This record gives sequence, C-alpha cells and structure tokens, in this order.
Amino acid sequence: MSESRLKERAAPVAPAYKRLGRETLHKALHQMVLIRRFEEGAEQAYMRGLVHGTMHLSIGQEASAVGVGINLRDGDCITSTHRGHGHCIAKGAEPKYMFAEFFGKDTGYCRGRGGSMHIADLAGGNLGANGIVGGGIPIAVGAALALKQTRKPNVVVCFFGDGANNEGAFHEGLNMATIWKLPVVFVCENNQYGMSMSTERSTAVKRIATRAAAYGMPGVTVDGNIFADVSEAAHEAIERARDAGGPTLVECLTYRHRGHSKSDRNRYRTKEEIDSWIARDPIGLFEQDLLRNGLIAQAEIDALHEGVVQEIEAAVAFANDSPAPDPASLTDFVYATPTTQATHVQ
Amino acid sequence: MSSEVRELSYAQAIQEALAIAMERDERVFLMGEDIGVYGGAFQVTGDLVQRFGEDRVMDTPISELGGAGVAVGAAMMGRRPVFEFQFSDFATLAMEQIVNQAAKMRFMLGGKASVPLVMRFPSGSGTGAAAQHSQSLEAWFAHVPGLKVVQPSTPHDAKGMLLAAIEDPDPVMFFEHKLLYKMKGPVPEGYYTEALHEARIRREGSDVTIAASAIMVHRALEAAEALAQQGVSAEVVDLRSLRPLDEGTLVASVSKTTRLVCVYEGTKQLGIGAEVSAMIAESAAFDRLDAPIIRLGGADCPLPYNPQLEKAAVPQVDDIVAAVLRSVEARV
Repeated sequence: MSESRLKERAAPVAPAYKRLGRETLHKALHQMVLIRRFEEGAEQAYMRGLVHGTMHLSIGQEASAVGVGINLRDGDCITSTHRGHGHCIAKGAEPKYMFAEFFGKDTGYCRGRGGSMHIADLAGGNLGANGIVGGGIPIAVGAALALKQTRKPNVVVCFFGDGANNEGAFHEGLNMATIWKLPVVFVCENNQYGMSMSTERSTAVKRIATRAAAYGMPGVTVDGNIFADVSEAAHEAIERARDAGGPTLVECLTYRHRGHSKSDRNRYRTKEEIDSWIARDPIGLFEQDLLRNGLIAQAEIDALHEGVVQEIEAAVAFANDSPAPDPASLTDFVYATPTTQATHVQ
Repeated sequence: MSSEVRELSYAQAIQEALAIAMERDERVFLMGEDIGVYGGAFQVTGDLVQRFGEDRVMDTPISELGGAGVAVGAAMMGRRPVFEFQFSDFATLAMEQIVNQAAKMRFMLGGKASVPLVMRFPSGSGTGAAAQHSQSLEAWFAHVPGLKVVQPSTPHDAKGMLLAAIEDPDPVMFFEHKLLYKMKGPVPEGYYTEALHEARIRREGSDVTIAASAIMVHRALEAAEALAQQGVSAEVVDLRSLRPLDEGTLVASVSKTTRLVCVYEGTKQLGIGAEVSAMIAESAAFDRLDAPIIRLGGADCPLPYNPQLEKAAVPQVDDIVAAVLRSVEARV
C-alpha cells in the first residue's frame, strides 16, 4: 500500500478537499483535534480519580470518525460503540456534556446514568454508543428502516470495530439491510485488535470489507488514518444510501494508540508496532496535507489547537461544577411512568 | 350490533387488535418470521398482509437477534413495531437486544430514549412440540427492570391488552399460551384497551386464593368448580401482568382467604409463583396466613415429547385440586 499511497499523496488535490472546501476542512481538523484533546483530558481526569468507571480511548482513530461524520447532514443518524467518543463529537456532541457524563453528573448526556459507554444525543441524531460489541448494528438497521418508512431523505451510519465483525448481529444486520435496501452505511473501524485478539487470529478473511460480498453490497477498504480517503469513501457510500442505492460496508484500517481500556497491559502488541502507527498519526498527516495543498496556514493550525485547549478546559470546569444526580432519583427513567414494581410492603 | 355477545378465538382477538392498531396509527407495523403470506406459524396474523401490504406486515429472515434489534432501532426512531417470535423459545437467540438494549435504553440514556415496541411470544406446552418449542420463559423477562411482561388468559384481554401494549411507551413482552389460541370468548367490537398492570379476580371465594396466569387460569377455574362440590370456596386471581405484579389485588385476596396456592407452568424454582409467594410473605397478608403457601409449578425437567410425560410435567386440574385440599387441611 505504501508505494501507491505515496503516488496518490503526490496528486495535487484530493477529491474530498475539492468537494468539502476550506471552511469544512478546517471544521474537520477542529473536530479531530477536539476528539484528541477530549480523550487526553478524559484520561487525565481518570488518573486524577474524577472518572468512576473505565473508558475506551480512540486516540489514533480520529480520521475515521470525522472523515465519515463530516459528510452527514441534519436528520442523519449514527450508532456508535464502546470506543465512541470520536463518533459523538463528529456528530456534533458538546464536550461539556460528555465530560459531565464521564464525571457521573446530572448535566451529562445521560444524566450520569450511562457513563462513557452510553453517550447518546438523540436530538442530534446520535442513537448512542453501545456497551455490547455489535449491539448497535441491528439497531442501526432498524433506524434505517424507520427512515425508509417515513420517506426521510436521511441515512444512518453504523460504526463498529473489527471485533464486531465476528458477532452474529453483524451478519444478521448486514443481510437485512440489503434485502430491504435500507439507507445505512456500515463503517468498520478496523484497529487490528478486538481487545487482545488480532484480526489475523480472529477473522477468516484478510479484509473485513470482502464480507460485504456475502451480503450483496459494495465493500471498500480505505486507509483509516487518511482523512481524505475516509471522507471520499464515506461520501460515496452515504450518497448511494441517500439515493436509495442501499447499504455499503466501509472498512477503515486504523489503530488505537492506547490500550483496549484502562486495564490493558499491552502484552499483545510490540512497542515497534505502536510507534509505527503513532508515526502515522491521522491528525499530523491531515495537517501536513492541508499545509501542502495550501488549504491552511501554520498560524491557523496553532490557533485552532489553542482554541481547543481552552474549549476542553471550560468543558472540564462545567462538568466539575455540575451537580450529581439526586440518589432519590435512582429508579427514575426505568419506565416512562413509574410503576409499583419493587416496592413490596415491609 | 346484535344483542348476543360476539365470540372470537384468542388468535382472532389478537389479529383484530393488530388490525385496529395498524388502522389507527400509521407508525404501527408487524415483523416476524412467516407472518406474511404464510399467516404466522399459528395463523395469528392470517391475511393481514393482504390488507396492509408487505411494508407493514414484514416477513423477516430467520434472524431473531437481528430482527429484535431492528425493532429496537425502529422504535427508538418513533415507530411502533410489533415483533412476533415464532415460538417464545426462540427469544433465547435475541436476549441481547431484549435485555441489554430494549429494556435499558430509556434508563441508560437518562430518560431521553423511548423503546415503544411489543414482542409477541407464543409459549407453553401441550402441543407435542418437545423441549425447544414448549417452554414458559416469562419469568426470565419479569426479572428485568425496564420490560413490562403480560400474559393474558382470555380473548377479551388478549385484544385489549395488546392494544394497550402497542400504545405503551415502554417495551412490552406479550406472552400468548399456544393452547389458548383456539379458545373462544366474548370480545367487544372495535377499539378498547385493558390495563397492563392489573390482576383480575376471575372467581370469588373465601377459603383459598389460587394465583395463576394464562392457561393455568382456566385450569384453576375448573379446579375451583370441582372444589366447590367438596365444599371448598376458592378465589381465582388471574395475574395478567407479571411485571409489574398487582400487589394490591393479591394481598387483598390472600388477606381475605388466608391461604395461597400459586399455579404456573414455568419451572417451579424461581418461577413467577416464587415471586408471588415471597411478595405475600413480605406483605401484611403474611400474618393472616392459616397455611403454608403452596407453589405448583412446572416439573424440574425439560418439556418431554410423550403426551403422558408432557402432561405430567405441568400442573393439571387434578394437581390443583389436590394442592388446594392440602392447603385447606394444613395449619400454621
């Protein structure tokens, strides 16, 4: 891939850049940097004891989240994963409500009930991260069915990882998406490992995208660390879905710089492997490419980074200052209206 | 309308409820295996596909997990899916979506999501379908906060409770005992709903309360009739809803009769009768008990094929009579 990639990189302007334009490209870079600083901030907060549970960081995978998300419109939906902070931000989530959720506060996206693995913003079209590998895949198909039933000009993007591609939900979901020709795009973020098990050990095919053939849909593998490549493949798939052309499976080859979760001791990856991917950091690659194409100035990049630092500081402060949920509200939201269940006479 | 009360079978009553729900609300649609031209494995959907089309009576592939998840996703988007499992046993393939997703979505997302779906489960033994097509798994679902679990025993309730379930903003697990499908009973024409959280006293009595649901309500009523010949006055409470349980009705009944026999088809251990018994033991009715509570549940084995064995595996009328007599003869 590297040689052809170099040739492609030498091409004057990527099609995605022409299509998106300077302003949108700056927005994309801002989102990628925001995701990175958000997750670094979350990691620091965890180490300071501000985060109660574990978290799954997507540092190194920002190009796939934003490369896809930048093509979405109002009314489009996503489903996400346990490693979903990037998807949330790419779909327009505000870091202050995300931090508040991390800190278990009543102002969080899920009022402190969900935590890192369940951030959702239904009003913004984010149907939620999901703690179950593959759990969001049939849900995305159902959301796409609802869009088709209501004749909405919208699509659903279903993010999942390489681990999910061996779950039954993946196979059942992709099949149904095709037989009903639904407006859904399946985005597999192949970060090479399902927890500790490499795709080489876990998956019978070399490229997950080839599994699309079994479900009668186009499948494409892209360099998930190259924003322009992800964006172009996602754009094509999203517009095909929007034009009633049915689903697509897009596989983004990428890597998580951090471990699976906070308990990961990194026994299954070498330092050399990790370093080789850090050298291909999607944010650095995107910035260099934009600079090379004259689509951004270094001073603009510097200002963007500085702005994000302040944005994150303000978001953390908001979360810190927010109230915790009232313990008396423990069983709120189990049902739409409270039932008499579970209050037996003493 | 004629002065005679119209009678429908339980299956017809459900089909009528589905048709009325689809006529009243364009968001309602049906999903399931072979519910279209085939008419459903138990002919519950019948010819609805001819009336409403394939977009609203959707055959799904044999993909219970995926199908259940599609229903969850569509419901989160404001649609009103009614998902038919061909047999309740097949829910085992879809537990992830039911338990982790549908049940928890509202809570997990801080009250901002709603999953207004209905899952219909043909369940129970008595059809010679053996161990993988005969189970009564309703207690599993009644263990999960976020789900509502109902088990109507009459055609009247089947229609009214299904219409209420489809309108309900939360996921409702709707258990239909297969032996009830052909049972006929009075069913009002047109639209009406029945509460999803109330038990009903099917026969008043003063000596003992029999708490039962689904097919067991009818066996309990038959037993109560036989017991009346022997001078024992049994009150039959039809639970109707397993989650939430109607504590008020049960406590009031047992406080009056001072004896309780729980009759249920699911495995006795940790079945719905275990919960009803514990609830009464924790309630003000405990002090009124004149006999130990008796649980009459399914045998501690998978459902067998042989008809005599199958019958022996779940409570029958004679078993209920014998259990009630034990109760009224006992003393605490």
